[in-house]
Parts: sequence; structure tokens; C-alpha cells
Amino acid sequence: MAYTLEGRTGTWEVVCGLEIHAQVISESKLFSGASATYGGAPNDHVSFVDAGFPGMLPVINQECVAQAVRTGLGLKAQINLFSRFDRKNYFYADLPNGYQISQFEHPIVGTGVVEIELQDGTIKHIGITRLHLEQDAGKSMHDQHAAKSVIDLNRAGVALMEIVSEPDIRSPEEAGAYLRKIRQIVRYLGTCDGNMEEGSMRADVNVSVRKAGEEFRTRCEIKNVNSVRFVMHAVETEALRQIEVWESGGAVKQETRLYDPARGETRSMRSKEDAHDYRYFPEPDLLPLILEQDWVDALAAKLPELPDEKRRRFCAEYGIPFYDAGVLVADQAMADFYETVAKGRDGKLAANWISGDFFAALNRTGTTLETSPVSAAALGELLDLITDKTINGRIAKDVFEEMVETGKPAAAIVEEKGLRQVTDTGAIDAAVTKVLAENADKVAEYKSGKDKLFGFFVGQVMKAMQGKGNPALVNEAVTKQLG
Amino acid sequence: MSLDSATVRRIAKLARIRVGDEEVETLRGELNAILGYVEQLAQVNVDGIEPLSGGAQMALRSRQDVQTDGGIVEQILANAPDREGQFFAVPKVVE
Amino acid sequence: MSIFDLTIAVAARALAAKQISSVELVTAYNGAVAALNPRLNAFITTTPDLALAQAKAADARIAAGEATPLTGIPLAMKDLFCTAGVRTTAASKILEPFIPPYESTVSGKLKTAGAVMLGKANLDEFAMGSSNITSGYGPVENPWKRTGSDARLVPGGSSGGSAAAVAARMALGATGTDTGGSIRQPAAFTGLAGIKPTYGRCSRYGIIAFASSLDQAGPMARNVEDCALLLNAMAGFDERDSTSAQRAVPDFTTALNRGVKGLRIGIPAEYRLEGTNPEILALWDKGLAWLRAAGAEIVDISLPHTQYGLPVYYIVAPAEASSNLARYDGVRFGARVDGVDLIDMYERTRAAGFGAEVKRRIMIGTYVLSHGYYDAYYLKAQKVRNLILRDFTEAFAKVDAILTPTAPSAAFGLGEKMDDPVTMYLNDVFTVPASLAGVPAMSVPAGLSSEGLPLGLQVIGRHFDEETVFAVSAALEKAAGFTALPELRAK
Repeated sequence: MAYTLEGRTGTWEVVCGLEIHAQVISESKLFSGASATYGGAPNDHVSFVDAGFPGMLPVINQECVAQAVRTGLGLKAQINLFSRFDRKNYFYADLPNGYQISQFEHPIVGTGVVEIELQDGTIKHIGITRLHLEQDAGKSMHDQHAAKSVIDLNRAGVALMEIVSEPDIRSPEEAGAYLRKIRQIVRYLGTCDGNMEEGSMRADVNVSVRKAGEEFRTRCEIKNVNSVRFVMHAVETEALRQIEVWESGGAVKQETRLYDPARGETRSMRSKEDAHDYRYFPEPDLLPLILEQDWVDALAAKLPELPDEKRRRFCAEYGIPFYDAGVLVADQAMADFYETVAKGRDGKLAANWISGDFFAALNRTGTTLETSPVSAAALGELLDLITDKTINGRIAKDVFEEMVETGKPAAAIVEEKGLRQVTDTGAIDAAVTKVLAENADKVAEYKSGKDKLFGFFVGQVMKAMQGKGNPALVNEAVTKQLG
Repeated sequence: MSLDSATVRRIAKLARIRVGDEEVETLRGELNAILGYVEQLAQVNVDGIEPLSGGAQMALRSRQDVQTDGGIVEQILANAPDREGQFFAVPKVVE
Repeated sequence: MSIFDLTIAVAARALAAKQISSVELVTAYNGAVAALNPRLNAFITTTPDLALAQAKAADARIAAGEATPLTGIPLAMKDLFCTAGVRTTAASKILEPFIPPYESTVSGKLKTAGAVMLGKANLDEFAMGSSNITSGYGPVENPWKRTGSDARLVPGGSSGGSAAAVAARMALGATGTDTGGSIRQPAAFTGLAGIKPTYGRCSRYGIIAFASSLDQAGPMARNVEDCALLLNAMAGFDERDSTSAQRAVPDFTTALNRGVKGLRIGIPAEYRLEGTNPEILALWDKGLAWLRAAGAEIVDISLPHTQYGLPVYYIVAPAEASSNLARYDGVRFGARVDGVDLIDMYERTRAAGFGAEVKRRIMIGTYVLSHGYYDAYYLKAQKVRNLILRDFTEAFAKVDAILTPTAPSAAFGLGEKMDDPVTMYLNDVFTVPASLAGVPAMSVPAGLSSEGLPLGLQVIGRHFDEETVFAVSAALEKAAGFTALPELRAK
């Protein structure tokens, strides 16, 4: 069901494209040797180059180029062996040179495509227009001093990848799914940490609305939206605003807007209006960036398996449902954890355990995959005990809880507590005989047609055996003795 | 192409240079003289010619990703016309 | 021989032979600066104490036998090179309080070689000009006079302070930078030799940028040999400049005695411009006769897009400058004029800090890059720039070097050619094409005008073939036998 909004004059479709700014993971900045790590005392991660001092010149960081290429490969995009840097000229207090070095005409990465999955399981493709490298700006703070704004240039010059999508997004849900997917891909690739709270990933959202079958109408750009939830809400609230403008006889003006999460609305950023003539021109302090195909190929060869491929492989290799595989590949660490548990074992059993008891235990104990008291190897050993019938599934749950509590290996707990399952048919038969004898009335009822009581007898036998009876053998024995 | 006063003002605004009313006319004349002079480029046939953007004819060299700079706050701030602690300070920006 | 008549090469030999000490040399030159600078205004900042301290260190180094040919030699440093701890202004009021905490690569290399810095030489503001009248610290006076006239003449520009300092014997040599002729034209106006090396030969790191794709540092000195000695120390790969060439630097002095026998020297027809002083055309003819007599083959060539060099330059250079100068905003360094808000502060700071010529060029540059005009101006200019490069490439398939006049006139009076900016720009007509193509070019003093003013000839070479430029220049210098001296000079 396509997402639409009902207005007074009819049904509207939302058209949206995202420009995602993703901070590149690197040790030093794009064009200087200052630290690119987050934080630091004010202006401590700043070189004369970053602060735009007279005579300072940019020298490009090879790793940042490699990270952009990896990301491009992850987006199934064209890698441009020729690209070039341009200057984007505008004045702002946190832009030291009065220009940002970016790539305008010849980006390092061209068109690509990303697959997103919606709630109802629909798969949709969102086109990537381009990815280019550029410098981040510094930070102006307006609330530290009564009469002044203060500037910290620690972020100035850190490498950003701007990932521009085609206007293929048609709903807030798609916008959210797309942003999450890009975040997942860059995290898999290790090219951006995707941390939206710290601002290492943020999105400019382009929104317009139209009636069915129309060409695109005027769009507005909502700057610097910094969470998936905000992006989704910004799309909706901006679309509703535009519908209102059109329907009251007005025309949407192309402009830059700001999303205010506190008020849940977008508003015009008039201060940016006269700065739209960026006077791009080729950066004369740098030469064209020429990549060797062999170098690109070497990066491609070392690329990790990406979530879409991994998900399909998990389905094929471990026989788990597509949905479950999607949950397990949500992030790389999770996928690795699953794979360590599932390798050489029953993949479905592994998936069920991880998405069931294991996740529940993480939630309950407030731990993560990294800090979990039960490692993938330990969980695997537990599954081995189930598979080789040392313990049954029921007992396994108790053993697991004990593992969470004590961190001890499954086998040790089973031995210590004598939890091995009983497969001795003599012992089982004896237990069955005893239970049937103690419940002669129920046996009579059963025989007179009350079939449901079968489960009761099995339960009583298991109880008598402290849960250690092999379920299949117990079933068999009960069936036989009830005759 | 000849510049009018409004364009001169717009350029001055883009370049962040305050120009007084009396300066606009002078600048308009001077800028038009320069633009008139460079107009002769219109005569040159450049069909199929690539633009030459740089002075050097070579590929870009890159550096290793190693932290080699920074940690010089006092030198960075030493020439600042105004500062607050370790920050540069400017008149308050109202957004 | 007076201490002020020395060349760098001769002074170096005297220092090595302990016939003179660097302290003596520098004391004398400090004295010359103190005496003449109030009149000529060749230096914005003088550093006599620093110079003396460097001279003492140089003498110790010479005594230890660790000298280079520049150790202990007093030089003027164009005030466009950032010098750690020494105020660097680019002749702009906007940088009046600026003390760089870092050293430019070129000035650092000279320092490492043991050269002594007498002070920071005056220039056109941000190197924008051809007469040194746009300096925010007052114009420089050319030490040369027309015969029988006391009229104050310009030293050319933008490296006018460097030129005047060396010509008036206030320094043994100087650094310059050349964007469209800023070393060669002032060298010609003051009877000096000066070379703009190939773009990429000297690092631009720490040189305050005017037009990044054109700016190139080079030496100015009394003769070709001194230029070779200076360039030996100034040139070389620098990983801090992405446009720096990763090439070995030859010893340029070894090219000086190569001679020109067998070399093919091109004479471009398009440089016989209407309006050029006939004396200059006559000198050019003399120059080619000298080279022919020395064994060179003279070849008529064509550089068909020569006339478009200036219009291309006056689009490309201001465009880059408008962006390069955006950093002077009163936030992190330099002068600030307070305002009611950030934009007001920017506009007041830049209006007060920049002079008229700089503002004009920023405005032109802003305009040609602005939306709707980029293709017609900037992109077109870049394409024509490529045609100009192609002209040189094709010419250098036929010849080894090109000989032209350096400037269309001799030094002119302060206040002349001020009618409109374009008249002034025409000074660069012969020097700009080599800048646009990035090829090396040198001006050599070759004769005097009928008014007694020095005139220069320009030798242009292939990319990174400064050696041939030096060989041809040395041959011209020898044939010309230029020995005239300016009126105002240390004696």
C-alpha cells in the first residue's frame, strides 16, 4: 500500500531524497595531520591548515580516499578513477578558509543502489546519485557567552562523505529504512561509526509533494536532521506543511529549512538565503585525484561481506527464515556471533536460541554482545549438549540461566548438577509405571476417550524424573504402557 | 555584459566587503572596464578544448593517515583578535 | 671594491676565505637599510638584531667549515613569505598585527642554508600590482632615475621592495614571488636578474596565496649566477604542498657556462606588440643577435594565443584570489573592526583592511565565479589557458628556449598609468603567458633606455628546464655587459 497524505483537494504523494553526511573513520583529517577523533579540549585537534592560516595548504589523506571508495563499493556504485576537488565559497564563523573543499563536478563515487526492506517485507531499491568527499566545518556555540559566539575548530577539516540519494523515497518509513540501511552498510564497512548522537552521521532531507502522475514540484531542504526518528518525522511534517501551502493557494518556495525536534516542525533558515551563490571552482591547491583500477580492485577484494549478501547466505547455508536472517545481520557483531554459534551446528536451533533466550538474557542483565556473560563459543557448547542428547531442551534453559549467572561452561554445570538426560528405558519405564499407578482414575478417563490427558502423564513422568527424561523415550514409554 | 549598481552591491555582499554609496559608482566603472577588457576572450574558439585548472600537470599525491599535527592551542589562538578561554570569539550569531 | 658592490658569489668566496666576516657584511647592510629605507620604503619590517644574530651564527658555521654558498649572506625576504616570529603582512593592513607561528618552506630552506634575513620587503598588497603602489605600507621608490630627472619612479611589482632593496645595495639578494610577472617585471625595472621557476619547483607552503595555480617563488639578484645560487637553496620537493614537484633539483650554477651553441632560440612574432617602446624592440633584436653570435640558432615561432594571456590572467587570478582572501575575516588572525553582528564585523573588517586594488580584484573574482557567469568567464578562461599552454608545448617542440622582452616599457613614474586598472595591467603582457603555462622564465638586465633606465630581456624555457634558461640568460648577460648602477644606492 503506497503511502499517501489526504488533503482538502485530494490525495498527495511524498517525494523525498536524502543527503547523508557521514564522518569518515580515520586517524587524521582529510587535508591535515591533526587528530580526527571526536572530542578533545577546544581547538586542540587543530593545525594551522585546519584554521585556514595564511600560506597553509591541503594534502590529502589516502585512507580517507580509500574509505570513500570502500563505501562506494558497498553501495554498488561506480568508482570514478578521475575525480576532483572544488571550493565551495561562503562565509561562516566556523568555516576558517571562507570555503569548504568539496567535490562538485567530479565526485569520487557515481551512481549506485541500495536495497531497503519495509515493515510488510517489501523490498525496494533506492538509487544513489553520488558520493563525494568533503571537509567538515568547525562548531559555533552561541550559548556559552552572553554577547559572543565562540568557535571550536576541532571538527574543521575532518573528512565527510556526502551520500546523495535519488528522489526515490516515498514515505517517512522509506526514509527511515534508507537511513538505517546506509548506517548499517557504513558500519559493516568500518568507514563511519554511524553515531548520530555525536553527529558523525546526519542527514539533509529534501522533501516535495505532488498529486498522482505529476512531475516533481518545488522541494525544500531540511538541514542537519540527526536521528532516524527525526528524519521520519521531518518528512511527514514538512510534507503536511507543503500540502497546506499548495492547498491554500500558495506556492512552496525552494529554501533551506531547519527541523526543530522540540516543536516537531520545520522553519525557514533565512540567514542562509543570501549564501546560495557558492561560486564553486576547481581547488587550485590540489590536483585531480587519479585512482588506479588495481588499487580499487584490491580494496574490493578486502571488502567485508555486506548485510544483504550475508542475509541471503545465512538463509541458504543455515536454513533460517529470511526475516530471522535480517535480524541476525542487523550489525556485524551480531552476525559474527550467530555464525560462530551456528557453524557446524543446527542453524535454526542457533537462531532460535539467540533471538530467544540469549537476547532476553542480554536485555535482562543489561549487557551487550561484547560484554555478554555467555560467549558464542559457550552457547555453541550448550547447543552441542542438546544435539547429542546429553540434555534435553527443557533442562538446557536452566543450564543457560546458570551460565548467565555464573559464567561457567554448560558441560560443567550439567555434570555438577547431574542434569544429564535419562535415556535408560528401564528407569523411564519404572517411572511411567509408577505415575500410571498413582493416577489410576486419570488412566480410566484416558481410556474412555479423554486423549488430552496424554500430556498430563508425560508431564508427571518428567516431573518425577526432575525433568531429565529424554522426551522422546518418555513419550514412547507412556504410549506403550497406556497400550 | 555591463554591471549595474545593484550587481556591484550584490557582489560586495557576497564578498563580505562593505561599500559606501559613493564607492559603488567608482567600482562599477572600474569593474566594467576590466570586464570590457576580458570580453575579447569571446573571440577565441575553444571547441573541444579541456579547461586547464591547475598550474601543475601531474596526479595528486596523498599522505599516510597518521596524526602528525594539532595540540598547539596557544599557537592557534595567539593571533586571535578575540578569544574566550580556548575558543575563538566573534560577535553573537543569531540564527 | 666596496662591500656594497659584491655579488653573492663573490661575497661567499670572501667569507670562505675569511677576508670578511658575516657580521661585518651584515652590519654594513643593516646600515644601508637604516640609511636608505626611509627614502625608498623597500622594507615593511626590518630585523637588524635578528640579522646580526644570524650573522654571528653564520660566522661560527663558516669557522666550523659547514658553510653553504649562502651562509652569512644578507637577503631581503618578500613580506609574502611567512616567517616564524617575524611579522608578516603581505603589505596589507588586514595582516598588520599578524605574527606567524610557522615558517614558509622557502624562507626555512634559506635559513637552513645559513642566509641572513635583513627584513621583510615591501610589495603590492597581496602581490596584486605591477608598480608596488598598492602596498598598505606606502609605495616603494625605484632607486633608478631618468637621466637629469629627479622624478620618483616605480620599481615595478609586485616584488618591488625586493627589487629596490637589491638594486640599491641594501641586500645582496632577495626572494620574490611571481604570479603574472611579479619577479621578472620589477627585476627589469631595476636592472636585476630574476627568475620565476617552473610552477611546482619551489614549495608554496607558507607563502601567502594570491592565485594558487600561478604563484611561484623565485630569487632576484644582481646577476644570473646569484640567482642560480639562491634557487639552488630555495627549490625542492615539499610534501606539504600538493602542487610541489617530486623532482631532483640540479645544481643550477653548472648550467651557467654551458653556452648556447647549438641551442634553438625561438622569437615569437606575437610579442611584437603595437605600442611597445621601439627601444625595447631594438634591444630584443640586439639580444637575438648576441645569441646568434654565441652560436645559437634563431627560429621564428608563433605563440598564437599570446594576446589572450592578459584577459585569461585577469579572470583566473582574481577568481582564485577572491577565494584565497576569504580567510581574512577578523576571526582567527589579523585586524578586526568590530560590528553589531558577525556579518557586520566581516564587512567592516574587510572594507577597512583591504586596499582599493585588492577589493577590485576580489569583486571581479567573485563576479566571474558567480552563478550564471562561471561558464562565460572562468571556464572560458581555463580553456584559453589550455590553448596558451599548447602554444608553448608546440613551440618547445621546435626550440629550446624563447627570447622576448620582459616588459613593454621601462620603469614609469609614481602616479603614471593610473587612469584605469587595465592600463596598469598591460605591464604584464609579456610575462603573463609563461605564468599561465607554468614554464620557467627569467629576466636579464640587457641595456639602458635613452632615458638611462634599465631594460630587461626574458628567457622562457620548458617545464623544469631552468638549466637552459640559466645557460641562455648567462650568455645574454655576458654579451650585454650591463654594468650601470642606480643613482640611489649604498656606497
